[in-house]
Amino acid sequence: MNRNAHHTLHHPKWYRVQKPIFWWVKRFADIRFIFRELTSLAVAYSVILLVVIYRALLTSEAAYTSLTTTLREPFWVTINVIALGAVLYHTFTWFNLAPRAIVMRLGKWRIPDLMIAGGNYAAWIVISGVIYLAYVSG
Amino acid sequence: MFESDPTLTIAVVSKVYPMRSHTVSAEGGAAAVIKPNDSLEDHIYDTISGADWMCDQDAVEAFVNEAPKEMLQLEHWGCPWNREEDGTVAVRPFGGMKIQRTWYAADKTGFHMLHTLFQTSLKYDPIERFDEWFVTRLLVEDGRCQGVVAVELATGRIQPILGRSVILSTGGCGKIFPFTTNANIKNGDGMALAYRAGVPLKDMEFIQYHPTGLPFTGILITEASRAEGGILVNKDGYRYLQDYDLGTPHPKPVLRSMELGPRDRLSQAFVKEQEKGRTLEGEYGHYVHLDVRHLGEKIIDSRIPFVRELCLKYENIDPVKEMIPVRPVIHYVMGGVHTDIDSATPLGGLFAAGEVACVSINGANRLGSNSLTELLVFGARAGRSAAEFAKAHQGFTNGIESQVLDEENRLNTLLNSDGTEKVADIRSEMHETMESGAGIYRSRDTLEQSSQKIRELQERYSRVKVEDRSMTFNTELTSILELGYMLDVAETIIQSALQREESRGSHQRTDFPERDDDQFLSHSLAYREDDGSSRVDYLPVKITKWPPGERVYGEKK
Amino acid sequence: MASTITIEVSRYRPEEESEPVFQSYEVPLRSDWVILDGLNYIKNELDGSLSFRWSCRMGVCGSCGMMINGEPVLTCAAFLESYAPGPIRIEPLQHFPVVRDLVTDMEDFMGKLTTVKPWVVREEEKPVEEGEYKQTPEQLADFKRYSMCINCMLCYSACPVYGLEPEFTGPAAIALAQRYNLDSRDEGNDDRMEILSHDEGIWSCTLVGECSEVCPKDVDPAGAIQRYKLAGATSWWKSILLPWQK
Repeated sequence: MNRNAHHTLHHPKWYRVQKPIFWWVKRFADIRFIFRELTSLAVAYSVILLVVIYRALLTSEAAYTSLTTTLREPFWVTINVIALGAVLYHTFTWFNLAPRAIVMRLGKWRIPDLMIAGGNYAAWIVISGVIYLAYVSG
Repeated sequence: MFESDPTLTIAVVSKVYPMRSHTVSAEGGAAAVIKPNDSLEDHIYDTISGADWMCDQDAVEAFVNEAPKEMLQLEHWGCPWNREEDGTVAVRPFGGMKIQRTWYAADKTGFHMLHTLFQTSLKYDPIERFDEWFVTRLLVEDGRCQGVVAVELATGRIQPILGRSVILSTGGCGKIFPFTTNANIKNGDGMALAYRAGVPLKDMEFIQYHPTGLPFTGILITEASRAEGGILVNKDGYRYLQDYDLGTPHPKPVLRSMELGPRDRLSQAFVKEQEKGRTLEGEYGHYVHLDVRHLGEKIIDSRIPFVRELCLKYENIDPVKEMIPVRPVIHYVMGGVHTDIDSATPLGGLFAAGEVACVSINGANRLGSNSLTELLVFGARAGRSAAEFAKAHQGFTNGIESQVLDEENRLNTLLNSDGTEKVADIRSEMHETMESGAGIYRSRDTLEQSSQKIRELQERYSRVKVEDRSMTFNTELTSILELGYMLDVAETIIQSALQREESRGSHQRTDFPERDDDQFLSHSLAYREDDGSSRVDYLPVKITKWPPGERVYGEKK
Repeated sequence: MASTITIEVSRYRPEEESEPVFQSYEVPLRSDWVILDGLNYIKNELDGSLSFRWSCRMGVCGSCGMMINGEPVLTCAAFLESYAPGPIRIEPLQHFPVVRDLVTDMEDFMGKLTTVKPWVVREEEKPVEEGEYKQTPEQLADFKRYSMCINCMLCYSACPVYGLEPEFTGPAAIALAQRYNLDSRDEGNDDRMEILSHDEGIWSCTLVGECSEVCPKDVDPAGAIQRYKLAGATSWWKSILLPWQK
């Protein structure tokens, strides 16, 4: 209904408000939410970077060396540190939210939320450890 | 209740969205015989004796017999009843019931029943809803009710809604009194509508106090809190109920004894205790304490979590650590629109079910957990009767349009009137006079004073002040109309109470303290006279197999 | 206790105003009064023309949700004192069209509620005469939380996605769909998944989580939606990997 419509008998003239683009700057919780939404860009960036590194590795040793040289430049280091921070933040929030979506049972016993989140962290540490060991021994 | 007959269309007209209806607040549970150790006979007897033999025994039998089926129907529709380990429905003890037979859904039984029923109703296309339409009048022509006139709140549109039969299910009228567990919407709308259309209101003098409401807000602390072991103590910490023929104290709750005695007796004991000066006094008058601390946090949180939530959120009291201040508050009106066992009123095409109706199964005192079941049983009966009536009567008569015009004129005149009397003032004076004149204890003097006062208020009501002339969601207009309903119903309460010169159940006359079966084993019927006053007639109570006896609580003597 | 507190109420009278304006009232500041008591004081004593919905005053009918200082709350469950010294700013629930003063239009939700089929769906009804459907306390506990929704609309008011995309089915309706999905008596899972796996259904939710924050009944609609997404994704993968399993 048109906002400026005139009220006529027996026809309600509702008042509607459009949500402004910067609706989220008023509350801290909303800012934090928008920030988390933005960290998904960092996740996407990390995936693309990984693909680029793989491609260089498969192309030739020279290509890989040239890529790693570029990535050592202060500009890219800065970018990647920021991306790492954002991805870690995203990961933490994701793990903490996991119990919301997953309900697991052992018999009649419902596994408490803390253990589900804890399980995610444990899996993360174990997998990282295995990769690290493989790297050290290989 | 919906019969699956495709030829029928159903309109649900309600002044609030259906899930706001006051059934939502019912906490404790709904009684029906389901367990092998229980019997229909016992439920019937508990109901009849609890009602002080004022109920119609054929109606009670029908009610008890059909209760399990209707409750199971609701279970099939998804009501989240609490369960036993084996998956069957769980039952809990309840005041006035000799055996555990109250089904419950934590302590939000009414909430779950209402939402289950409402959500299930959404799947039926023939049900058309008129949400937030306020009914102002019944359309009666040719000796039968043919619909209603209603105002659509959002637009102010006044429209007839025709129906070949009409079912009232508008609930009670607790808001006539100052301290009540009833919600703001409980203004006796349906009772007044029927009364104005010439249908008598039955047994209006019987009004139930719930012994444990929070002072000020009137929020109800469910009987379940006592069934689980909560005790009532006076200012000296003494379990005073033992002084009033309600048994002797035991550490564990005993059915039909002490705190699990019937509601009327508990409320009356409070007044006597107050007269002895043994109650506590606070900002909102006298109160006593309900103590559940000994149950411990675990039981409180698992069995009566809502009690704790209510106390914390609305009274800033933690029942785990503190005693709960409570006082008797108006809870339920046993009387209502006179209906027969098939939910039919004397007016053709008009049916009623629930608290608005009086069948009667509640007599002089309703047993806790019978009312939710009553909704189901007599709601279903009303549905079947109304469907039958609708099929037998085709078309509408011509006189209706002029009635609709009349009603439109009446409302428009009211909206544009220049009165001076504030609606809030009339309302609070009505509260005062009903509490003092027609409260837990009544006498000819107090009732006559109240009667005069209500006449005066009626007169002032005709000069009520209207500040809000808007057609859009005008809640002042609805408050005024509701006040009109309440004043009419108040009149019937007072006149019926005045004529009943005996004490029975919730109706206690200090000038006639004894039950008088010779004269008053009859239902009162209040008819509206042309001058607005009430004329009271009587109809004998139907006694079939259970002759009147003494109500005995506590240990058998 | 003679102190008072100022309440600034959003007024919108469509016959008179083209947009809402604020009007201030002084009400007594009493320790046991909730905001709703303050509003009733205004209506009874100061200005009979103020419109708002209320009924039970015990947090279960769901009528009296409003924006208090920018946050959606049930006004019967918010003490005046906790907002002292004031002023308290009261507006109608946001994201809904305003009908009048503090009254909003909730037809949108009523329509959406019907679309998610909030009733028990079964292939075959067991006759009532054969007794109840068995359900263990654990099975009851599976869906109990989601059955506590009082339809108060606070979650819709808190949800920025609903504010930006009114087509979004929204927290309460999805939580109620989930309530029936998780009920051991129900077999309507597939029906509802079809309805809710659209863009306007579960996938619109970006897990802001505010709906669960403001819920007065601890229903956790955000959790319900995430579980739904997981179930949706699982069934999608199943249909890709194991197409013969229907």
